[in-house]
Amino acid sequence: MGSFAPERVGPEGPRGGPAGRPATGREVSGRLPWMLVVPALAGLAFLVLPLAGLLIRAPWSTLLERLAEPHVLEALRLSLVCATIATAVCLVLGVPLAWLLARVEFPGRRLVRALVTVPLVLPPVVGGVALLLVLGRRGLVGQWLEATFGITLPFTTAGVIVAEAFVAMPFLVISVEGALRAADRRFEEAAATLGASRWTVFRRVTLPMVMPGVVAGGVLCWARALGEFGATITFAGNFPGTTRTMPLAVYLALETEPEAAIVLSLVLLAVSVIILASLRDRWVSAP
Amino acid sequence: MFRRLSRWAIALPVALALAGLSGCGSGEPAASTATTSASSSASADGGAKEVTVFAAASLTETFTELGKTFEAAHPGTTVRFNFGSSATLAQQITQGAPADVFAAASPATMKTVTDASLAGSPTTFVRNKLQIAVPQDNPAKVDELKDLTDTKVKVALCAEQVPCGAAAVKALDAAGLKVTPVTLEQDVKATLTKVELGEVDAALVYKTDVIAAAGKVQGITFPEADQAINDYPIATLTQAPAGDLAKQFMDLVLSPQGKDVLAKAGFEAA
Repeated sequence: MGSFAPERVGPEGPRGGPAGRPATGREVSGRLPWMLVVPALAGLAFLVLPLAGLLIRAPWSTLLERLAEPHVLEALRLSLVCATIATAVCLVLGVPLAWLLARVEFPGRRLVRALVTVPLVLPPVVGGVALLLVLGRRGLVGQWLEATFGITLPFTTAGVIVAEAFVAMPFLVISVEGALRAADRRFEEAAATLGASRWTVFRRVTLPMVMPGVVAGGVLCWARALGEFGATITFAGNFPGTTRTMPLAVYLALETEPEAAIVLSLVLLAVSVIILASLRDRWVSAP
Repeated sequence: MFRRLSRWAIALPVALALAGLSGCGSGEPAASTATTSASSSASADGGAKEVTVFAAASLTETFTELGKTFEAAHPGTTVRFNFGSSATLAQQITQGAPADVFAAASPATMKTVTDASLAGSPTTFVRNKLQIAVPQDNPAKVDELKDLTDTKVKVALCAEQVPCGAAAVKALDAAGLKVTPVTLEQDVKATLTKVELGEVDAALVYKTDVIAAAGKVQGITFPEADQAINDYPIATLTQAPAGDLAKQFMDLVLSPQGKDVLAKAGFEAA
């Protein structure tokens, strides 16, 4: 699964702090402030209670036989493969885009930055329709793709990846851009004065410096892609084996068999939590 | 000393959270009474009355029109609609959503509500038949059901779990045909969208949906559709917060005026 994980740049990047602050800062001691603890725990409860609802209602006695059904594994495999490739696509396109937004002055930058968040605001189903209008069989680009290369994206696994990448990319871009803006520019300037080209500066200085942001963004992006429903079902359709990912299987199961839907949701949750938790230990410095 | 205090600072909210958790475990009846009492108190004050109708997505246009008729006939009354997939609506009702009337696109979804003793005995008020929908220019030259079996024809069907998909399977079985669709959509409107956008060459949808999308798609009738007719049942809910108004709305749907509106949209008389 780690195909989107960056090569060998661990937490021990340029640590130690640009501002000369000790990296292993001592914890602020003293009484925990109620003003923070109470809302924090309420927030946690709010996020976790729906999960508890699923766990309480799960048909534990038939859980295993439901899991063994081949279409469950098929949907799970498809979900994981598509979310991972979509994240790779987002990394390849999104990191440079974030760099452009954070490091290059150009007219209309604010507008571009706002446009990047469009997929966040757009209801995913509308996003799916928009993708159809552009990349569909009669879409602006899709028409040309089909005529020139014989490629049609809707109703294919590639279509699932496109839909997921469209919806998930803003998470990566925003997170990486934030990291870039917070990073100390003096290191880049120093490298530049020593004769490094902008590309070298990016590769050898900037990227290692913002790697935690890239990883965090990649994780968000992957999680969003994994749970993607609306854009996928609208743009890529729903057919077992090619485009029916777990969220689609869950939605359909909900129509007739709510218990099966709960099982499927729990599988998706469990798998994503396991993957994210193990990645976190490896790639993100423990907080 | 500080340690102690901080432990307390954590313990109390955790206890509260757990209390919330256990409340959630036994939750549904409490939740439903809460919502019911809220809406009945709303209808009690000052004569502002409300009827909440849960109806299948395919009834969106006709029921919205009937709702306006009802409001005109009962001044001071508002009709609120919740349109959606019949199965989803049935689930919302069994989970305690405060509804007065339920109109479903299939007897099976109505049955989940009547089985839970939440609705009175349902009446079938209309029927809906499938048609083949093709894009306006009919690129694949489809003119009968058999044409959908051609592998070069891209076909969208509803998933078997939703009523239009079940009907499609029945019709294809009746015709002895095997169709491999490119997609199994989650509801009939999504299936139709694929045709409207020209992403597929044909789809099986309801006649009413074809009429609602007039100008964007063409409908083709086929004889096997008669073997897959969908009944639409309607019922008032036993705990209807609006009481008599619920019955009156159902009467309007069943009246000649209601039937007229539904017939114009392409529904067949029950």
